Amino acid sequence: MTNGVSVELNDLTRVYGSVKALDGLTLHIEPGELVALLGPSGCGKTTALRILAGLDEATSGTVSVDGKDLTRVPANKRDMGMVFQAYSLFPHLTVLDNVAFGLKMRGKDKGQRSSRAEEMLELVGLTAHRHKYASELSGGQQQRVALARALAIQPRVLLLDEPLSALDAKVRVALRDEIRRVQLEVGTTTLFVTHDQEEALAVADRVGVMSQGKLEQLAAPAELYANPATPFVAEFVGLNNKVPAEVSADHARLLGTSVPALPGSIGSGGGLAMVRPESVTVTADPAGTASVTSVAFLGPISRVFCTLADGTVVSAQMTSSAARAFGPGDRVTVGVEPTGVLVVAPPAKPR
Amino acid sequence: MRGKTLGGKVFRGALLAAFGLFFLFPLYAMADFSTRNLLAGGRTMAAWKNLITDDALYQAIVISLLLAVFTVVLMLLILVPTMIWVRLRAPWAKGVVEFLCLLPLTIPALVIVVGLRNVYLWVTYFLGESALTLTFVYVVLVLPFAYRAIDAALSAIDLKTLSEAARSLGAGWLTTIARVVVPNIWSGILSAAFISIAVVLGEYTIASLSGYETLQVQIVLIGKSDGPTSVAASLATLVFGFVLLLILALVTRGRRRPTAADPAVATPTPATQPGVPT
Repeated sequence: MTNGVSVELNDLTRVYGSVKALDGLTLHIEPGELVALLGPSGCGKTTALRILAGLDEATSGTVSVDGKDLTRVPANKRDMGMVFQAYSLFPHLTVLDNVAFGLKMRGKDKGQRSSRAEEMLELVGLTAHRHKYASELSGGQQQRVALARALAIQPRVLLLDEPLSALDAKVRVALRDEIRRVQLEVGTTTLFVTHDQEEALAVADRVGVMSQGKLEQLAAPAELYANPATPFVAEFVGLNNKVPAEVSADHARLLGTSVPALPGSIGSGGGLAMVRPESVTVTADPAGTASVTSVAFLGPISRVFCTLADGTVVSAQMTSSAARAFGPGDRVTVGVEPTGVLVVAPPAKPR
Repeated sequence: MRGKTLGGKVFRGALLAAFGLFFLFPLYAMADFSTRNLLAGGRTMAAWKNLITDDALYQAIVISLLLAVFTVVLMLLILVPTMIWVRLRAPWAKGVVEFLCLLPLTIPALVIVVGLRNVYLWVTYFLGESALTLTFVYVVLVLPFAYRAIDAALSAIDLKTLSEAARSLGAGWLTTIARVVVPNIWSGILSAAFISIAVVLGEYTIASLSGYETLQVQIVLIGKSDGPTSVAASLATLVFGFVLLLILALVTRGRRRPTAADPAVATPTPATQPGVPT
């Protein structure tokens, strides 16, 4: 069912002056797969996507699609559909002409162009707006037209460069799900660049976390979340508590329990365990050494912030009905569920 | 309140009338003078007929119009791709290009003529003694005005994203410029063109000092012997310029589209949510 092709970025390095935007990035994408590159701004994720698109040149390294080396092929000959962060519809053309633009460049006749463009507009649900101009559309609609335009050329690879970050929250979630639906429907190999972890985890088959031009970890969302490979990934993906822990024999002792230490943890000795708020348990206990500092209500869930005896603040996530039992000042015992944790070396000096 | 708005209306009307008179009266005077029969009294169109029947004057008109066309074409061919290229690929050169383009404003025509003499020895050696070789000087002369107009238009669009979108859709550089960039800076290109035409049709010093017979040189020449014809030619030039500017105003207004709904702050209307049939 997929008509995707494989994409390989091999040992890409990109240097701007004295800044290394990409530092030996290697990323292989399977045919039909949606890979999200996630990272803070300046981590090189957009540079990687632009090099794949041919809009930027790598200082060294190669790009190949479907086994063919594209490193020296100009952007307009790469057959890649791209959706940009900024609104990129051509202001002088109608929605329909925008979607048909790429087909015109490929010398398709008028009949073919408009039937394919209509088909794409139907896919994104904007048929009714075909004769409007970009200035008459909302931001979400413009990005959907941009998606239709990118897909109209039947691209070998679909590139999404933070397509949702200019939109407001509600539209963002809806369009995110729609992008995934459309991508599964057409089966195009896709690279999605974003700084929003929720977005990446929600749509991607695999998520690559980048930092300082390097790929830290590439894994399925659940795997990435449960078993972060590096301290950076653990810290960047999801909220984390840092709890003092003692490591010995692949186990970490913290909060009075022993849990498995994930690969990548320090070998032995004292460190900080990265514990997800949903793994923290709180039980009311008049003799407990910890106390509740505050409770944050977030709708279906709440976060309960507790201060341990040593002053460490730990946040625990639970259903709001469970959280109703706690109030500031309550004495409690804080524990942790027996899932694996990543233990990192404590910072040498407090910064 | 009513008195005030009425007063405002009267004031505005008076202002408009004053400025209208200020601009139109000279034109009226020129029209009157150029159609007056100085010897026999009454009206005659003899001066206006001279525009076509007087061979030297007719030639000069043709030369000046051709100069205007050539200047505009050459200026656009040089300036538009250069400015796009500088913005996309060499932003560090923007200051230099801007400085170079504005430079002609600061150099007196006389100095330009003296400096050009040596260059034109070569130009005329290769291209002959045609007045049309003035095109090269005029392209330089109109640079400051054209640069400003095109620069403003380019600033108004997201050039980088639009051209990258076009390229990722399969357009080469030439196609990107012709089909995506130019249509979106069309108003800037039009105003650059029309201002350039106005500059070329108004230029006297360089043409005269270089010894070429353009319309302006002819007007001055004829003015010494035949007042009405020279005034008729001047008026024709002025009206031509006015018509061009009027066309510019109308064309650019017609192209303006509603921008009230700022796309950057789009509100989620039902139609923007997928799954909702639109």
